Amino acid sequence: MEAASFASGGRSTLERSPLARLPDRALKYGLTALAAAILALIVYFFIRLVGEARPAFAKEGVLGFTFGNDWNVGANHFGALPLLMGTLITSVLALAMGVPVAVATAVYVTELCPRRIRTPVAVLIELLAAVPSVVYGLWGIFFLAPKLQPAEQFLADRLSGVPFIGGGLVTIPNYFIAGLVLAIMILPIVSSISREVMSTVPPDHKEAALGLGATRWEMIRLAVLPYCRGGITGAAMLGLGRAIGETIAVTILIGDAPQLSGHLFGQGYSLAAVIANEFGEAQELHRSALFAAGLVLFVLTLLVNVVARLLVMHAERTNRPKRSVRDFTETDTVIGRALGS
Amino acid sequence: MSTPTHSLQRFELTSARRRKDRLARGSIVAATVVALIPLALIVYYLLSKGLGSWSWNFFTTDPTGNTFFAKQSIGGVKSAILGTIEIVALAALLAVPIGVGVAVWLVEYGRDGRFAQLVRFFVDVLTGVPSIMFGLFVYIVLIAGTGSSYAAYKGSFALALLMLPVVTRSAEVVLMLVPAALRESALALGAPRWKVIARIVLPTALPGLVTGVLLAIARAAGETAPLLFTAAATFKTSFSLSGFMNSLPVQIYNDVTSPTTAVVNRAWGAALALVSMILLLNLFARLVSRRSSIG
Repeated sequence: MEAASFASGGRSTLERSPLARLPDRALKYGLTALAAAILALIVYFFIRLVGEARPAFAKEGVLGFTFGNDWNVGANHFGALPLLMGTLITSVLALAMGVPVAVATAVYVTELCPRRIRTPVAVLIELLAAVPSVVYGLWGIFFLAPKLQPAEQFLADRLSGVPFIGGGLVTIPNYFIAGLVLAIMILPIVSSISREVMSTVPPDHKEAALGLGATRWEMIRLAVLPYCRGGITGAAMLGLGRAIGETIAVTILIGDAPQLSGHLFGQGYSLAAVIANEFGEAQELHRSALFAAGLVLFVLTLLVNVVARLLVMHAERTNRPKRSVRDFTETDTVIGRALGS
Repeated sequence: MSTPTHSLQRFELTSARRRKDRLARGSIVAATVVALIPLALIVYYLLSKGLGSWSWNFFTTDPTGNTFFAKQSIGGVKSAILGTIEIVALAALLAVPIGVGVAVWLVEYGRDGRFAQLVRFFVDVLTGVPSIMFGLFVYIVLIAGTGSSYAAYKGSFALALLMLPVVTRSAEVVLMLVPAALRESALALGAPRWKVIARIVLPTALPGLVTGVLLAIARAAGETAPLLFTAAATFKTSFSLSGFMNSLPVQIYNDVTSPTTAVVNRAWGAALALVSMILLLNLFARLVSRRSSIG
């Protein structure tokens, strides 16, 4: 009786006419098409970008464009080496200054910090990511750069014998300032990913270290950091990707001089900055050259990001599974050996 | 258990080890403090310089374009604030349905299939694309491709592309948290799939979805580079999405390069306004996510 009344109330999916099942089909195929459209969009973008960049590559040659050390708009001659080097120099500076600090903040939050201030510290560091690029540029050029110039001059004078650092005129916008601000900008992402990876360290690894008499620092060095090496490398690579692609702050802070400065405190240019700065007025070959610079930038960030994603994915995948008896003993002997030495 | 007693001595907590521990912990704390200094400095300078230029006129007048004559007003940022709101609102209208749709497909249909993995990978690739490249893309397709000029809606397209991966990835995480039992019970009662998604899955995940969307909007609102060659800049307040439109980030960028102090001060004021808007969005996002029953 009950079953009959239920059946009269509503019909099962199987009894429905094909027409009634149409919305289901439509949704499924509609959404699939949407997902496929995203793939198509990226591929289409790439093809169009190559098409727009072709005249510049045809004139200078792909290698000639990428590694030619002469960006001269007046002479209609375009070699992107000064831009490429500017991008690389500032990004490497950002990594060198940003990553150690970011990893230290992650260690502090996950291992050392009192529980009460754990979330506030993490939120404050995340807040750095909420500041827009252009505001970093504004702050960098009107506050940081003038304040640091005497210190930079001091360094440049003292280390005048050191290639790349010493000698030369210290300008207000320069590679170093751009790199420093980039370091601040990549800090939150490197820190938050490192923190995520560190939270996957099994507590018994840490307890084993402490139980064997390790100090907190020894526990961090022997149980936490080695476990997270892959993940931290991936986080640093993601930070590198950000730094390479960062546009507006660098445009404001690097000085926009289209030649390769021989030293750290000199003006330069970056791939992203040249596009932001020159695209508005560019015509014909110049415009094509800027698209080509965009293509170099795109390929560079793509490579860095793919490697980074793979590293982070690999680190999280290998960290997740329950560990076997074998690596239990292995970790413990490593710790024992290190403590003994 | 035959631990030789003499080896115990090697594990002794010597003062050297203790010193090293204290030094290392001290450095880690110091590095964390160093990491927070820039934030404090930025907030301090934004407030001290930005509040100084805030006034009634600052919010109610358009920039005049005058930077040479000290006697005349340089104007405020009304058009920039309204422009940012318009451009970002349209971008959200474009990005949210598509982004959530792709996330629904990934969770409900694609799952762990090879194609779904590929889509996930490409969405991640989109996350890593420099923001200025989205501007270039929209320029190639909608401006060079059609031979037309800059327009606000083209800026929205560029920002929508930038938001898309953020919305998709955050929505995917939230949708996966919806308990499988809810879906299964609805399906077992004979509900068609689309109804399960529309009536059960999406409402359950709603607070989380809203959080992700708000964070994506906050990120897009601060972007300058995608707007430079798509929406361009103008001085007048505009409500036409097919014309040039001003926006806060672009206005700040243009003001930064000015040699006039008053204009630079306007940039500080505009920066404070922009950061306040973004922080409010972030705050909202956190409040909404706190109300969520899942995750």
